[in-house]
Amino acid sequence: MIVRIATNGQYRLSDDHATKLNELDNAAVEAVDAGDEARFHELFDQMLELVRGAPPLDGDELEESDVILPPPDLTFEEAGSEFTGEGLIPG
Amino acid sequence: MAGLSGRFSTMIKAKVSKLLDRAEDPSETLDYSYEKQLELLQNVKKGIADVVTAKKRLQLQTQKHEQAVVKLDTQARQALSAGNEDLARVALERKTAIQNELQGLDQQVSELENQQQQLTDKEKQMRARIDAFRSKKEVIKAQYSAAEAQVRISEAASGVGEEMADVGLAMQRAVDKTENMKARAGAVEELEAAGTFEDLTQLGEGKDDIDRQLEQFTSDSQVDDELAKMKAELGAGSSGGGQLEAGKPEGGGGQ
Repeated sequence: MIVRIATNGQYRLSDDHATKLNELDNAAVEAVDAGDEARFHELFDQMLELVRGAPPLDGDELEESDVILPPPDLTFEEAGSEFTGEGLIPG
Repeated sequence: MAGLSGRFSTMIKAKVSKLLDRAEDPSETLDYSYEKQLELLQNVKKGIADVVTAKKRLQLQTQKHEQAVVKLDTQARQALSAGNEDLARVALERKTAIQNELQGLDQQVSELENQQQQLTDKEKQMRARIDAFRSKKEVIKAQYSAAEAQVRISEAASGVGEEMADVGLAMQRAVDKTENMKARAGAVEELEAAGTFEDLTQLGEGKDDIDRQLEQFTSDSQVDDELAKMKAELGAGSSGGGQLEAGKPEGGGGQ
């Protein structure tokens, strides 16, 4: 799965990591719903870390992303309109 | 996996499709997209220059603040040894306010440094993608039938389009942040100008607007502590110590 971190770059995630990302995504939605800012940032940081651990796409690979993560400097307010319902990744 | 719900991904996808729908004929789309890519690259360069300018301005302001802190400290001492505690307090309040401001400035400068780095990286990335796109479209044209080439090239265009939209987003966020900082820096400069610290002697009993604003972010206890410390120092060091214990001076310093 190709994941972009908005304003950063694209990475190629394995299926295992994609599953893990989805779990974090769902937990992040719960944190936003609960208004738990600290917990949200913790989870969002974990998501970014997970994606950054994957191999980045080369400069000459022109591919669309399957998932786009919001920019790393996302505020909690902005998170409210990102992490809702099924989160960034459906399911 | 199609149903992305996030606002940022929607923004990026929307920009890509707008970019690609522009022309019916794929070769036109290509030319248009390529032109846009180069335009965007110019914008990124301009954005980096803006960030650098804003950073320099903040650094200059930091220097001015540091000088003001030293000056106000001296003025507070002078006022106190002349027996004018009220005046000393005003000077220390302003000093504390400026010190608070300095902490914020340091953070802002390092944030702008991050922005600068990020945009510089983006520019490099974008350049690589543009080069890749240019050579790829030639290869595709040479290798595939017209119909197949259309499909493949528009795939590549989507990829590069997403990169472009993302660079646009990075730019926008950098500009927003820079604008916020500029506005804040401007407000502080006005505050400084209105307060003209040289004229401390003209401040009497009544406090002006600036004082009230300054007091909002001044911690009283910090000023009290500093005042006490300064008094002790002056008391220990000079023969006129008794005079300083008198609290409020009769004259009040007002004209």
